[in-house]
Amino acid sequence: MNAPASAPSPYSSALGKSNIESHTLSVLVDNEPGVLARVVGLFSGRGYNIESLTVAEVAHGEQLSRITIVTTGTPEVIEQISHQLERIVPIHKVTDLTVFGKSIQRELAMVKVRGKGENRVEAMRLADAFRAKVIDATTESFVFELTGRPDKIDDFVELMRPLGLVEVSRTGVAAISRGPDPI
Amino acid sequence: MSKQMTGAEMIVEALKDQGVDTIFGYPGGAVLPIYDAIFQQNYVRHVLVRHEQGAAHAAEGYARSTGKVGVLLVTSGPGATNAVTGLTDALLDSIPLVCITGQVPTHLIGSDAFQECDTVGITRSCTKHNYLVKRIEDLPRILHEAFYVAARGRPGPVVIDIPKDVQFATGTYTPPRGVQHKTYQPKVKGDLEKIKQAVALMAAAKKPVFYTGGGVINSGPQASMLLRELVKLTGFPITSTLMGLGAYPAPDPQWLGMLGMHGSYEANNAMHDCDLMIAVGARFDDRITGRLDAFSPGSKKIHIDIDPSSINKNVAVDLGIVGDCAHVLEDLVRLWRANAVHPDKKALDAWWGQIESWRKRNSFAYKPSKETIKPQYAVQRLYELTKNRNTYITTEVGQHQMWAAQHYHFKEPNRWMTSGGLGTMGYGLPAAVGVQMAHPDALVIDIAGEASILMNIQEMTTAVQFRLPVKIFILNNEYMGMVRQWQELLHGGRYSHSYSESLPDFVKLAEAYGAHGIRCSDPADLDRAIQEMIDSPKAVIFDCVVDKAENCLPMIPSGKAHNEMILPDFDADLGAVIDDKGKMLV
Repeated sequence: MNAPASAPSPYSSALGKSNIESHTLSVLVDNEPGVLARVVGLFSGRGYNIESLTVAEVAHGEQLSRITIVTTGTPEVIEQISHQLERIVPIHKVTDLTVFGKSIQRELAMVKVRGKGENRVEAMRLADAFRAKVIDATTESFVFELTGRPDKIDDFVELMRPLGLVEVSRTGVAAISRGPDPI
Repeated sequence: MSKQMTGAEMIVEALKDQGVDTIFGYPGGAVLPIYDAIFQQNYVRHVLVRHEQGAAHAAEGYARSTGKVGVLLVTSGPGATNAVTGLTDALLDSIPLVCITGQVPTHLIGSDAFQECDTVGITRSCTKHNYLVKRIEDLPRILHEAFYVAARGRPGPVVIDIPKDVQFATGTYTPPRGVQHKTYQPKVKGDLEKIKQAVALMAAAKKPVFYTGGGVINSGPQASMLLRELVKLTGFPITSTLMGLGAYPAPDPQWLGMLGMHGSYEANNAMHDCDLMIAVGARFDDRITGRLDAFSPGSKKIHIDIDPSSINKNVAVDLGIVGDCAHVLEDLVRLWRANAVHPDKKALDAWWGQIESWRKRNSFAYKPSKETIKPQYAVQRLYELTKNRNTYITTEVGQHQMWAAQHYHFKEPNRWMTSGGLGTMGYGLPAAVGVQMAHPDALVIDIAGEASILMNIQEMTTAVQFRLPVKIFILNNEYMGMVRQWQELLHGGRYSHSYSESLPDFVKLAEAYGAHGIRCSDPADLDRAIQEMIDSPKAVIFDCVVDKAENCLPMIPSGKAHNEMILPDFDADLGAVIDDKGKMLV
């Protein structure tokens, strides 16, 4: 229903600005030049948010790529984003994994930490607890590789900060639905 | 039949196979091979415009008046960038265009070559889709696909950017074979369950209104016929957006006139007070809704649209039906008949009684004058003197456009070409050129303002070269009238740069172009002068000198609701109507 909301701006959406949610969209696209620019341009042109975006080819023979976008907005805005994405000609399918059912989200991070003595030992101990792998080491530094949900990576990075965090490289979120069926 | 030919020849061959008989364009270095191929055939007529923006609007006029895809051909760099305004216009008004742009040879792309620009980058957000063709093998498929994408679903402009070496390369041409695009397959049939729900809602409505838009026109003449049938069957009132005029015949008593910012009092009040709104091919644009949080507060809303993203975009609706207007209207008519629905006659009578009382306010009224020509009077006389002819109307953008929409009454679809979404001044003359190319024997009139017409006046040369007898009917008030009106409303009557200084003598200008010029400033002489314009076998510039201070009313001021209109008999200070919040809006 078009309930009269208390939206202050007369032309802005009467749908309101409260209840902002985070959704993960899975977008199957033809892997052709410019397709990522179309998707990114849609978000910037219409003022939508991108929290995270990943893209890679997933079916080489069919030239299909999968883009995973984490975005935020009211449910109405998220629905609008899905419909706007569907209008882009080389897009096959847009699935909102957040409403589709249960889904798994993973991100990979590489975390560089520099330190000596007790800090170095503590960093190693925490890395073990997080099941992070050491993929590069010098006498005064480590690079850890860590996979997990984005919040787990956030936690790990925060723990590393006082121990000599140098820099972080993250892939952004990849996501897939649970169960036997494709999206 | 697959044939070996050059890329340039493929382009002409594909145009032929797509049934394109007329294109609008301007040559340049990066499209010379295509122009050479055009030179060597007689099927596709090329209309030389004088500016690429003109090519785009001419193609729009051609498309909108015929229902076919409009085609333009421009060179790389400035040719492409000049076309951008027209492409954006076509995107906002859902006009099917195919725009072929030349590009520097593939090996020079990215080198900042002469007349190079990133055409696909620049046009990505102002087209429905675009292509850069890097291999001759892809060219035939892309050419056919472009026409498919432009015309299917919600129509729109498509750009094909073709580097010069691809135009010279030789390859195998394949004709179109029922292009079935692998990803783009818009849904045209509406969900039958939802259509049944719509019929139930309509049957129970006590205060219904049809709100229709350009989607009905885009859906084809059949959609307009079905709309008329459904409106007659139900007995409901109907209003339409600027873009939808002509889908329903204006002289009919169930017609409430256009709605929105400069729409009629009865249409806007019916929208505000209705208990059921049936939106067909309209998109709840801000010029229609006014203040969103006060938009039709008590109604249930049905929205029929081919574009799923239009539904629930600006206004949340109760029942969204995704589908082509003609298909959904056909199902609605069929189910309405099959169910032998009898709406609540008593409630409808009361609703019509209310509407008639609004209609009595006569919101398009104005104070007549014997001394000066009132712009509304000019449009009324133009209508009376042309209504029984085969007439097409285009407009520029501003007050004259709204007066044309209010006072020129359309009976058929595809007769009204105007820039609605983008509001492009300079649209009307090139659009008229496009319309006249498609309908050589028709009377094509561009209702213009003296400011707008100067934005693409160079297309007079095109009209004269192709012996197109387009009539430019300028409502000359020596102001950018709508700007002046808003300055009166919002900025204390400080008319900053809205006076049309140093205007040309339009009669002499017409003569300079080899056209016929007429000036009229006397209401008593107006009919004779209009008749002279109609009877002239040439292109005509008609300088209709009108009242300089006339405001375009009625008006929903920015930030106000449908039931807060300024009516023509408003006699308080216009500058005090809009509050600070409203002043922020456009």
